[in-house]
This record gives sequence, structure tokens and C-alpha cells, in this order.
Amino acid sequence: MLEVRDLHAAVEGKEILKGLTLTVKPGEVHAIMGPNGSGKSTLSNVLAGRDGYEITSGEVLFEGKPLADMETEERARAGIFLAFQYPVEIPGVSNMEFLKASLEAVRAAQGKEPLDAVTLLRRAREACQHVNLDQQFLKRGVNEGFSGGEKKRNEIMQMMLLEPKLALLDETDSGLDIDALQVVAKGVNALRSPERSIVLVTHYQRLLDYIVPDFVHVLADGRIIKSGGKELALELEQKGYGWLTGEEESA
Amino acid sequence: MSTEAEIDKLVRREYAAGFTTSVESETLPPGLDESVIRHISSRKGEPEWLLEWRLAAYQKWLKMTPPQWAHIHHPPIDFNEVSYFSAPKSMADRPQSLDEVDPELLRTYEKLGIPLHEQAALAGVAVDAVFDSVSIGTTFRGKLKEAGVIFCSISEAVHEYPELIKEYLGSVVPQGDNFYAALNSAVFSDGSFVYIPKGVKCPMELSTYFRINEAKTGQFERTLIVADEGSQVSYLEGCTAPMRDENQLHAAVVELVARKDAKIKYSTVQNWYPGDEEGRGGIYNFVTKRGVAHENAHISWTQVETGSAITWKYPSVILRGDNSVGEFYSVALTRGRQQADTGTKMIHMGKNTKSTIISKGISAGRSENTYRGLVRISPRAEGARNFTQCDSLLIGDQCGAHTFPYIESRNPSATLEHEATTSKVSDDQLFLCRQRGIDTEKAVSMIVNGFCKEVFRELPMEFAVEAGKLLEVSLEGSVG
Repeated sequence: MLEVRDLHAAVEGKEILKGLTLTVKPGEVHAIMGPNGSGKSTLSNVLAGRDGYEITSGEVLFEGKPLADMETEERARAGIFLAFQYPVEIPGVSNMEFLKASLEAVRAAQGKEPLDAVTLLRRAREACQHVNLDQQFLKRGVNEGFSGGEKKRNEIMQMMLLEPKLALLDETDSGLDIDALQVVAKGVNALRSPERSIVLVTHYQRLLDYIVPDFVHVLADGRIIKSGGKELALELEQKGYGWLTGEEESA
Repeated sequence: MSTEAEIDKLVRREYAAGFTTSVESETLPPGLDESVIRHISSRKGEPEWLLEWRLAAYQKWLKMTPPQWAHIHHPPIDFNEVSYFSAPKSMADRPQSLDEVDPELLRTYEKLGIPLHEQAALAGVAVDAVFDSVSIGTTFRGKLKEAGVIFCSISEAVHEYPELIKEYLGSVVPQGDNFYAALNSAVFSDGSFVYIPKGVKCPMELSTYFRINEAKTGQFERTLIVADEGSQVSYLEGCTAPMRDENQLHAAVVELVARKDAKIKYSTVQNWYPGDEEGRGGIYNFVTKRGVAHENAHISWTQVETGSAITWKYPSVILRGDNSVGEFYSVALTRGRQQADTGTKMIHMGKNTKSTIISKGISAGRSENTYRGLVRISPRAEGARNFTQCDSLLIGDQCGAHTFPYIESRNPSATLEHEATTSKVSDDQLFLCRQRGIDTEKAVSMIVNGFCKEVFRELPMEFAVEAGKLLEVSLEGSVG
């Protein structure tokens, strides 16, 4: 599914990722953990193709194709979904309108007809139900006036609707109370399937109590310094990152 | 990287209405003096009183100077380089019906998507088409007449309804109101006249379509709409012009009279040629639009301004009667080197009068977009209320957005609210859209349309879609 080989990436000329290697197979759930400034968000932005995040060397293959050759929207249409840490507001554009444009673009790339209005509405409502989001949110502007938790649930709702092959969750747990966290985890768990890969980027272990990963990787200074099973996360919880990085844990 | 390039391409789209029509025209040589005004008047067979009226306006104009206060910059206009009258030759003997109109002209309007053949016309919309200086035909006149509605060119109205014209012409915008209104009063060529009798709700949308064709010709149309007591009308105007290297002058006057309990909704989709990327050519649009609302009357201006090199325009409402309502909904989009200074004046004179101003300015390229508005509450306007909202959206970092709200309240019981925001189409918004598979072009148009939603929903339904599309087209290529 995803093959990252010796990836070096820079933001505004500053190298953040310094030789990252990672393999994610279909059906697997990977957690990438690390202290602040280790390059976690850079990794998700590079994978999604944000402007200004430059691959300086190494390569990233998605289903065997180099990501570098694909525009941001092409990656999305190919099945890469990034759930944002801080989703931005788009005033005046209704969530429904946005979902429709998004689904149509993704479906068109797969050679599928657009969903008819009734089916689309039904699916959107179901997705809302999954994440305890009132249907009224479909009529509101994209993230407009949403609370932090509502924005996160809105992201997961879109993910459920778009059914990506590779779901990247960027610090989805940050700022969520325990109830919201469980709701989000329920949505993500519902998406687990043998064909789909999930990469969770997180600072804390607590999300992994609800979404149990197959693999845990520790990212520090732009490289993966340790990989293991789900028990690695617990060890980190007890010992802190300093145990691996040799530095004092600040956050 | 790629996003910027795509937006750039998006905002540089070509002007689709930029073709010219080859019809033989009779055009007066450039220059303005009394003889030109006499020629225009006699050419139209006008009564003596109207000639006198024009000459009086000309005398006032001679003593005036162009206004300098707007946030626009252009070389001084040489008013003697402009031709003040042009008419297609075949119109010398006015056609009696659309069947007699030069087919080349009909084709022009068809090309613009405005079929003048009644059977082909938009269902429920009557159209008056003004080509250069003259009205070439009005559709659905018979059907409107049955309802008692008068909808014809103002030249015809001068002959057929002289009493109405005498009573109302210049009653809202006097001859000497401002430099451009005075010029218009002296040389106005044609335009539309609407009269809705007492208690009548106009059975269809009325629409005038303006087209400048001839080079170096100014267009000076005059529109007068009178809604008698308890009547209602919705009116839409649209405008385009060919692409030409030199600037062309357009100085129109629109007067609205809403008598007691009457309701007028006036919508404009302005798409005059904006000039090229470097600011060569384009229409200079200096327009005076004003309405008087009597007791309990309602006047609503909605405008979507995407064209013209320069826009100088402030559709206003004088809230003369108690409980009258004035509204102004505006979307002004500028790109390339366009300059727009537009807004409104709400003059509250009656008690419990109410006005709403929603202005959305979108600036792209190297354009300058200014909102200028005045809300004045007179001493006897007890309980007057105004709500103003001015939002600016910037695309790119070389454009400008400016807001000049003026508020003069002379009555302590008045309630005034003002909200203003400035935002940018942000990289974060575009990234979110693209991450969901939506390409940049669609994303920008979605974001801009969302920004304008409050105004678009005020447009007559058929035109709301058109306005959205026009915005999309205008945006192609506007960010640099």
C-alpha cells in the first residue's frame, strides 16, 4: 500500500525528515508516535502533498506509484485521505455541497457516476450518525463555527463517506475529551478492513487504547528510531520519549 | 507551486462577450456642444420641453468638474473625444416589430444568450434590448399591456406617455445632481421606461440588456421605473461590450419611484469589457442610480459587478415615507487592473425606516476594490434602523480592498449596526479542498460562491445561476 524509502523532506529549505523508512501493508494499522517537533505533521503533509513540503531525496510509493508524480488532488482521488489536526473553515460553502464536490471528484477518477441526490443524502446522514454528528451539520458551512471536537468528527464523517484506501489521521486525538475520543475511535474502527490501511499520527498513547495498532513506530528528529507492536506504546507511556531520544521529555 | 499557477490561469480567462457586430451605423462625430444636443433631440423628434431640459442640464454640466473623491485613478477623460450618439442605420425608421429588426442585431443578442424572439425568450422574462444608443425592441409588450404595465424604450415613452415622463424624469436624480448625471441628462440616448399601475403585480420579470458596439462611442442610457401605489415589479439589467483597446465611457442614470406600499426589486449583472491584463481598454462606468421609497414602500438593489475598467456607482435609496425599506446587496469582483469604487447611500427621512446593506468585494490580480457607503439618519427619522455588513475577500497578494463607511445620525433613537471583515482565499482552504479531491479551479469558485451566497439568493432565480457562472468565468485568470 505505502512504501516510504529513506525519505528526506524540507519545509522552507529546512530539512525536517532525515531518512524515514516505513512500509504499510493493506489491512494494517500503524501508529507513529513522537515528541513535538519530531516531524510527525511534516510526514502527513508530505504524504498528502501540501504545497511547500518538498521531497529532497528518497521516494514514496503508493500502490507502487511514486507519489511525487501526483498532484494533491490526484492523491486524494487515488484513495489517500488526511484527517486534519486543525481543519480550516470555508464560510458559506455548505458541508453537503463540499461533500458532493469531493465525492464526485473521487468517484469520477474511479470511473463511477455521481451518486444521485437521495443516495448521497442517505449516506451522508449515516456517516453523521456514526460519529454522533447532528444532521444539521450537513447544512452548515464547512467547519464554520464548529467546536474543536465537532471539526474532528466532521473529518471522520467525511472519511467514512469517501472510504479511502489509506487513511492518515494527524493528531486526531488532540483536544478531544474522552467521550469525543471514543466516538472518533468508533468511527475509525468501523473503517478497519483487510483492504484499508490506517496511519495514526499521535503524541499520546491514549488514542491507542481505543484504536489498537498492529505496529507502533517512534519518530524522533526526522527518523524512525524504534518500531514494535502495540506494547511499545505502553512502554512509551511509562518511560516517556526521553528513554529513547536521550533527552528530557518536555511536553 | 502548482496551486498558484492554476489560480493564475483561472483568473486570466478571456472575456467571452468581446466580439463586435458589423452593422452600418450612423455615428455623430466626437465632441459636445449645443448643436449635438439639438441633433440628438431632433433626431428623436422630441418635444420642445425636453430639448430645453437637456440644454439646461448641459449648462449645469459645463460649470461642473468630474468628482475626484473616489479611490480610482485614470487619465482625465477628454469629453470632446467621445461621440455622443450612434445608432444602427437600419433603425432610422424605427422597426414596428421585432420582425423588422436587422437580423445581424438579433444574432448579436442570440450570441450573448439573449433571444429576442418571444417564443424563444426566457419564459416569464420580457426583454428590452439597447444597442449602442437605441432600443432595438422590447418583447412581450402585448402581454404586459393586458396587465396595464408599460414597458418600452424611454424614447417611445416620451411620445406615448409624455405626462408620466414630464412628471417623473429627473424627479429622483435632478439634472445637476452630479457631473456624470448632468452629462447624461444632456445627451441621454435611450433606455427603458416602466410604469406599473396601482395595485398591479407585474406578471413577469422585466429586463433590459445593454450592448455597446460602436468604437469611441459613449453610452448614456436613462432608465425610469415608476411603481404606483401598491404595485410590484422585479427588473433586471445586463450589460456587455466588445473588447477594444481604447476606453469607452458609459454614464447612465437610473431613477426608481416606489409610491405608497409599492415594491421595486432592481437587479444588475454588469459585465462590461474590463480591459486587458495590462489595463488597456475597458469601459469607464460612471453610473447614478437612485430610488425614492414613499410610505411603506420597498426598494431593493442587487448588483453583481464583474466588468468595467472603472466602476463608479452607488445605487441609493431615499427612504422618504414612514416605514419604508431600502436594501442593497452587492457583489463586486475586480481582477487584472480593474478599479471599482461602489457602494450605496441610504437616506432615512421617514419614521421607522429600515435599511440593509450587504456588500461583498472580491479582489484579485492587481485590482483595487472599494466599498463606499453612506447611512444618513435625518432628525425626524424616529426609530430608523440600518444594518451594514461589508466583507472583502482577497485572492493573491497584489490587490487592494478598501472600505469607507460614512454614518451620519441626527436622531438618537436610530439603531445602526456595522460589521466588516476581510479574508483571504487561504492556502489552508485550498489544501483542504484539494486533499478531498477537488481541483483548484473548482475550489476557488466554490469558496468565492460561498462568500457571495447572501447576495446571490437575492437575485431572481434564473439569474442567480448565471451570476454564479459569470463569477466563475470572471475568476478564470484573476489571481497573480
